[in-house]
Parts: sequence; structure tokens; C-alpha cells
Amino acid sequence: MLHATEVLGGEAYDANGSFVGRVSELFIEPADQPNRVARYLLARGKYLPLLARHDQVSSVAPGMIKLNVEEKELEHFHTNEAWLAVRKDLLDQQIIDTHGRKVVRVNDVDLSEQRTNGTVELRVTDVDVGLTGAARRLLQGLASPAVIRRIQQKLPARTIRWEFVNLIEPDPLRRVKLRITHDKLEKMHPADLADIMEELSPAERQAIIASLDEQTAAEALAELDSRLTSQIVEKMAPERAADIIEEMEPDKAADVLAGLSPEVSQDVLEELQGKEAREVETLLSYDEHSAGGMMTTEFVYVGETATRGEVVEWVRQRADINSENLDTIFVIDGDAKFSGDIAVGRLLLAEEDVTLAQLKSEPLVSVAPDAKEKEVFALFDKYNLRSLAVVDRSGRPIGAIAVDDVITRLREKL
Amino acid sequence: MNWTINTKTEELQRRAVQVRRRSKHLWRRLALLLAVLGPGLITSNVDNDAGGISTYSLAGAQFGYALLWSLIPMTIALYVTEEMCARMAVVTGKGLSDLIREEFGFRPTFFVMVAGFLVDLGNVVAEFAGVASAVEIFGISRYIAVPIAGLVVWVLVLRGTYRQVEKIFLALCSFYLAYAFSAILAKPDWLDAARHTVIPSVQFNSGYLLMVTALVGTTIAPWQFFYMQASFVEKRIGARQYPQARADVIAGSVTCMVIVFFIIVCTAATLYTSGHRNIADAAEAARALVPLAGRWASLLFAFGLLNASLFAASILPLSTAHVICEGLGFEAGIDRKFKEAPIFYWLYTILIVVGGGLILIPRAPLFRILVLSQVANGVWLPVVLIFMILLINRRDLMGEHVNSPTFNVIAWVTSVAMIALTLVLIYFGLFHPSAATGGL
Repeated sequence: MLHATEVLGGEAYDANGSFVGRVSELFIEPADQPNRVARYLLARGKYLPLLARHDQVSSVAPGMIKLNVEEKELEHFHTNEAWLAVRKDLLDQQIIDTHGRKVVRVNDVDLSEQRTNGTVELRVTDVDVGLTGAARRLLQGLASPAVIRRIQQKLPARTIRWEFVNLIEPDPLRRVKLRITHDKLEKMHPADLADIMEELSPAERQAIIASLDEQTAAEALAELDSRLTSQIVEKMAPERAADIIEEMEPDKAADVLAGLSPEVSQDVLEELQGKEAREVETLLSYDEHSAGGMMTTEFVYVGETATRGEVVEWVRQRADINSENLDTIFVIDGDAKFSGDIAVGRLLLAEEDVTLAQLKSEPLVSVAPDAKEKEVFALFDKYNLRSLAVVDRSGRPIGAIAVDDVITRLREKL
Repeated sequence: MNWTINTKTEELQRRAVQVRRRSKHLWRRLALLLAVLGPGLITSNVDNDAGGISTYSLAGAQFGYALLWSLIPMTIALYVTEEMCARMAVVTGKGLSDLIREEFGFRPTFFVMVAGFLVDLGNVVAEFAGVASAVEIFGISRYIAVPIAGLVVWVLVLRGTYRQVEKIFLALCSFYLAYAFSAILAKPDWLDAARHTVIPSVQFNSGYLLMVTALVGTTIAPWQFFYMQASFVEKRIGARQYPQARADVIAGSVTCMVIVFFIIVCTAATLYTSGHRNIADAAEAARALVPLAGRWASLLFAFGLLNASLFAASILPLSTAHVICEGLGFEAGIDRKFKEAPIFYWLYTILIVVGGGLILIPRAPLFRILVLSQVANGVWLPVVLIFMILLINRRDLMGEHVNSPTFNVIAWVTSVAMIALTLVLIYFGLFHPSAATGGL
């Protein structure tokens, strides 16, 4: 196994044994093969640098590479945005560890050698983010490779497999050329994704959000610090912002919009269509420290004459119901007034033909939209609620406050 | 059974518009400013730490009002350098050592970190020395006060969140007003002082020039850049709030220099005019004030010294731990728990324990440590300044927020001047250490 720090700076000799130049960069072509070192950049002082292809290298050792062609057969250097440069784009840069779910900085890159009929190919196996890599970077050039290897053996190693490495590239065009996709990120829990995004710079955050699908982006933004979310959404095109916000729950969407500057939120609201827009506007009109400012407009309510069996059947058929909204079902009477709530556990244990009127729990707990935060917290605590109904002046339910929103608010106060 | 909610769209749209209009009110703007204020004020005021106060007291005692003219150029220099850090923080969202690592590589970063650790260790020793000498004026033994101070400082950072700690630091800033009162009690000739602030009166002897050098060296220190940039990043100040961040930096630079003005005026009006020109440090200055300006002036001065030392003793280890962790890629920040960022917290602890411990060892070579720390600072400062100016001019990092040509000229002139002055200080520090007493 070799390390990038050992290969970089090494001397290159051609087939005749004459010195060509020093290895100053290793290029990977992700479009061709995602982990093979495709080109070696050889610096020649005041002369133009040369490029050696992977099939022109006969052997690689720390500090030296040997080519199997003559110097005149090497091509001249030209930049290519589709190439990933190990020294410039990897070393000392931050990458996402999709396995460990965090952002780390690359100290060194581990390479494996593969011999194929007369040539040696280097392939990237791991990225070193620990002390061994740091020691190598520090001592490279100051001590012989053998000494460095002996020192590094005493240090604990921290590496990440190349397949778990997700590069962060703010430029969208280059992202395409380098074939950077974030499908591993899309499988992560939104909270982990939000944690990762909090570690990055604004441009990098923007880049990640731009490459996620709307659903994942919405979930990640919902978990992110609200200031960061506003910063990200402000920089997006209003159409894309609206697409993402449509995927969010209305109360989260309202929080995001409230954090934007007036001009931007106006643009985004105009892009939002129909029902979502109305719901979000409803929520925006409430003071953020009142029950109305904490509630969401997505909740399930059913007439009290329905039976348990009918409710289960009906919920199953509705594809648009988010299962997270089902921990409490609100019950309304004949005048569409709020008449109680049922925890989903009770529903689970009930018989098929029991009506909701028989299942609902006492007492009737609800809150007006202009009630203060403190009152909401007190009710949750007193009645051990998971969801609290918000009703208008005539007693009709207009929203629900979920316990995780209460927890988020309480943490902000700590 | 239906899903939709009846809303009166027009009425709600009207109310939504009302909500948005409210945010244009003045009190909202003030709230926005107050939310951002902090890093600039804290960084600049911690500048007036034990070493700083000693230097300024000496400046007043030895030269009277003659050095006041340097305050305005120093304010400008302070603002120019700190503003670059604030700008980098809000635009890139990264700390200074992160940027140095990403753009210049591992070895330069390592060098910066090692130098930073040595310099800051020396500074922390100076802070605890300040605590020790200040409490001795109040009649408390240093062997009681220094361990307690160390403990208080350590617990404060370990137990607090960034916001809590920042609030406490900001409150501590207000105690610097003690110097203003001290100066007023000294009954100085305000007109004379004002005249000297505006009209330069340069003397061409080595003592004077050395004092100017020491003043500059103590006012502008690299740890400030790292700390300020990291604070803005930790507060998540975005580019949209840049005007408020800049206001914070201006407020900090100005208040810092105002306090320096009062310190110099205080000692100038009392010690210089009465002939007590050879004092060794701030504590001696405070003591010498008693017969000249009364006990209260002296106590206020000593209290100011204690406040500044404690304050700096909390911030410097924090900044150093940040620099090193950021550069090496370890987790850092007081919003993290101990388990999440062990190296960060260990570095912080070591700095406090060693810094405080050295003060308690009798006959420790304090003077030598301080001089060496200054020399290291003289090596560190030019490197960091040059890195900063190179970084801030990178269009791929800063986009449209790179330095304007005018700003670049000012920045380069300021940096070259400071580098030259600190090189002078190194020379004296290495070869004529006794002459470098002033630059504690």
C-alpha cells in the first residue's frame, strides 16, 4: 500500500533511466473509473509540465516512479475540469463521511497497487483523516520514507473507505463532470444530514441542497437551524424554494418563510400554489410565540359516529396522510366542533365496531390560537399529551400542536 | 369527512402582510444589531489584558501624554485587520485556521498552530500574573486567588453554551469603565491630553520608539483574528448581516482605544507629572496612584486589572484550543460536550493549569517566558497577516467581497508597518531583553 504523500513529490524516470520531473499531482477520472489514478502530473521547473498516463507507469515506490516510455512520448499538460486532483481537491479539504455521518478533513489518501502486464495502476482505497496521515504530511520531505513509515506505525489510524467518501463541490457544473452524486446522503436520517450541513460553509450547504431531491431537501431543512435554513432558501430560485417548501409540513414551511426577507418570501409565496399556500399563509398570520405560531394544519379529524373499523379503512386508503400525524386522531361532532381526541394506541386495541364517541378520552383539552406558549407547555405537561388541538372561536379544530414542536421550542429557551 | 380547512383567504392575506410590515420597524433593526453584537466587542476589549494594561500604564508614566497620538492610527489598524476577519467569517462561513489549512496546506497550518500555542501560553501566564498582582493589592494571597480564578474560568467555559458565555463576557466589558472613573479621579489636564491625541509629538530616542512598538505589538495580536472569525462563524452570522458585523467590529475597536486613552491619561496625569516614571507593571502603577489620586482611583485601577486578566484568561485558552483543533481537524467549540470534543477541552485545560501553575511556582522565570512569548508573537503576526491578506483577495473564496484596491493599500501598509515594528521588538527581545520591559 502506498500513500499519496509518498508519491507526490517523487522523482519520475523514463524508460531510458533519465530524470523527467517531479510528481506534483495525481488525477482521477471519475467518469472513466471512480478510483484509479489516471494521470500523473510531472513538474519540470521552468519547462512546461508533462502528463503520464496510468498505462505508461511501470513501477511506483515511495519517492520514485518509473515510466515504461520515453520522455518524448509523454503528452503536455492541459487542465481538465472532469479530473479530480488529489492534492488540490482532496488533501486538506473537507469531505462527507457517509458511513460515520459527519464531515471530516482529509490528511492523506491511501493507494493500492495493481500490476497488469508491465504496468502498475494505483487505485484509491481509503482516505486518511487521522494522526498517521497528519504525521506523514508533516514529515514528508524532512525525513526518509522508511523513517516516516516507522513513526506512523506507532500512531492510531483513522481512515474512511473511498466508497463512503462524498466530495463537496460548490460548482454545479464541476459536480456533474466529476460525477458527484449524493444518493448516499438521501438515505441518511434528515437529522444526521442536517448535522453534516451545519458543519459546512454556506456555499457547500447550498451545493448539497441543490443536488438533493425535494423530499430529502425539505426534511433536512426542517431539521436544520432556522437561521441557516433561511440563508439557504434565500439564495435559491423561488421556483425551487417553493417546490421544496411544498414538501414540508405547513408549520415548518411557515417558520422558513417567516425567516426570509419580505421580498423573497413574497416571491416564494407566489410560487406556492393553491392549498399549500393558503395553509402557510394562515400560519404566518399568527404570532410565533402563540399556539397559532406553533401549530400545523395537517392533522386527522373524523366524525364521532364513525367506527374504529371504518376509520382504519379510510386512513389506509388516503395516500396523502403522513403516518407521523396519526399518533392522535381528533374527533368532531355533528356541527364540526371539536369533541375529543383519541390516542392511536386506544384505536389499536379497540374492537372493530366501537364508535369514536365511545373511545374518546376525557377531559376535552384544546387551546385557542392566540394562547401563549406557556399555556401550551403547561397543558402538554399536565395531561401528558402528544398532540393538542387548536380550535377557533366557534370550537372548530384549525390546527394541532405536536409534542416535538414543544420540545424544540423549550430547547430554544434553554 | 374531509380534509380541507376553510380559510378566508383575503382576510388572512391582509393579516400576513401586516406581519411582514412590522419587521421594518426600528426596534426590529435594533434587535438584529444586538443579536450580532458580541465578537467584535469582546475581542477588542480583551485586547486590554494584563500585558496591555501594563504597557499602557508604562506609556503614560514614562512619557506622559506624548504617546496619545498613536491611538487613532492604532484604531484604524485594529479595525482594518479585524474587519477582514469578520468579512471572511460571514462570507465563507469558515474559521481562519480552516481557511489556512484548505488554501495553504498542512505544514504552514502546523507552524501557525505551534507558534500560536507558545505565544498564547506566554499570554496566559501574563494574565494569571495580572490576577495575582491585582488581588495582592486587595490584600488577598495569590495562592488562594489564582487557583480559584483558574477554576472559575475553567468551569465557565465547560458548563456554558456560547451564548451564555458571550453574555457574561459582554457584561465584563462594561467593567472596563472603571478606568474611565480612575482617570477622572486623577484630575488630568483634558485639554492637554486632547491636543496630544490629535497632534503627534514624536521623540527620536530608543525608549520612545520601543514604547511605540510595544504599544502596537500588544494591541494587535493574531489570536484576536482567529477568535473573532471563529465567534462569527459559531454565531452563524451570514453575509446578509455583514453590516451589523462590521458595526460590531467598529464598536469594538473604538471602545478598546477609548479605554487605552483613559489608562494612559490616568497614569500620565499622576505618575508622570509627579516624577514616578519608573514603574515595572500595572500593579505597581495601581499602588503608586494612592498618594496621588486617592485610594479609590487605585482600587478602581486594580479592579480593572483583575477584570481584564480574568477575562483574557478565559478567552485566550479558548482561542488557542480552537485554532489547534480547527487546523488539525478535531472537533471544537464550547457548544460541544466534553465527550464530543475531548482534545479541544484538554488543550483548554492544559493551558489554564500550566498558565496558572507557573505563577504559583516561586521564582519562576516569568520575565523570560514573557519576553519569549513576545518574540514568538513577532514571528507569528507577520505570517498570519500575510495569509489573511492573501485569503481575502481570493475571488474564488470571497466572491464579490474581496478587498477593494483602496482597502488593499490600507491593509498592506498597516501590515508592513506592524511587521516592521514587531521585528524591531523581536530584536530587542532577543538581544536587549531588559529594554523590552515595556512590552509585557
